[in-house]
Amino acid sequence: MENKEILDNKIQEKFGASLLTVGQDFDFPVYEFTKPEIKNAIAWMKQEQGFIYLTTLCGLHFPDNEKSREFAMMYQLHNLVANQRVRFKTFMSREDMQLPTIIDIYDAANWMEREAFDFFGFTFEGHPKMVRILNMEEMNYHPMRKEYPLEDLQREDKDDKFFGR
Amino acid sequence: MNTIIVDPKHEPPGLKGEGFFATKLSDVVGLARKNSLWPLPFATSCCGIEFMATMASTYDLARFGSERMSFSPRQADMLMVMGTISKKLAPALRQVYEQMAEPKWVLCMGACASSGGIFDTYSVLQGIDRIIPVDVYIPGCPPRPEQVLDGILKIQELVQNESFRRRDTPEYKALLESYGI
Repeated sequence: MENKEILDNKIQEKFGASLLTVGQDFDFPVYEFTKPEIKNAIAWMKQEQGFIYLTTLCGLHFPDNEKSREFAMMYQLHNLVANQRVRFKTFMSREDMQLPTIIDIYDAANWMEREAFDFFGFTFEGHPKMVRILNMEEMNYHPMRKEYPLEDLQREDKDDKFFGR
Repeated sequence: MNTIIVDPKHEPPGLKGEGFFATKLSDVVGLARKNSLWPLPFATSCCGIEFMATMASTYDLARFGSERMSFSPRQADMLMVMGTISKKLAPALRQVYEQMAEPKWVLCMGACASSGGIFDTYSVLQGIDRIIPVDVYIPGCPPRPEQVLDGILKIQELVQNESFRRRDTPEYKALLESYGI
């Protein structure tokens, strides 16, 4: 049995119904969890399975999904000893974008969670400083949500006809 | 690209004789200011790299009296803004401009500083002239060092020919007022 199958079985055995889907995006194993269970799953992966390194975490927005699965939070974990990577996902609706912070598991999550708040509007319960990190403080929206345009609308020198706005 | 011809004389109109030269004090001040501009480089991206080439031996900005980079705004005469200015950085740039002592000039280098350039996005300031007044724009992405030298010569022209106390003129006051400075 390959490493991935062994891990699949272990996670399935441990989390059962909280593990919604097991998939593979190209060469990346993807596991989708229910929202209340995702933090326990991450903690277990670090403490029991040796995934000591949080590669990244970020928000995702799927405007075409059904309302209850419009937003997602994604965590990428790395087992440096076995050189094995996994991606954990959990979906949620626009009204319900609170997640527990994982700073107590990975310190690296601190700034990344602030970034997810800044760009998507996720809030993390227990985060010590839930304020914008990259955009200017005066910004009054979360720019990576798909309903907002990428372009700066104050700009006058671009003709819509030629620039596809 | 025009050839840069540096007139070796560059002297203001005046009365000249054996061993003396008489002219207006304001012209002498203009001449002195023009040839001793201390630049404050505000370099944030690739235009800054091109500016480093301008400062280095091949192009050698020091030939035009700008030997010393002033990294303190208090002693600088010319603010050179080179590179993309994000909206988050805009208050810092504005503060640097406000800290500079009069007389001061602003050189805006490259497409990003002049208009936002390719960064037509929510996080980038679409031209620094939205927050501070600009004297000379240098087009290009990035401009070549020759263009930077050309821009600095244009600033020098302004410095030499502008009135002695530009800051007292009503136009200048109105300009600063329009920026809320």
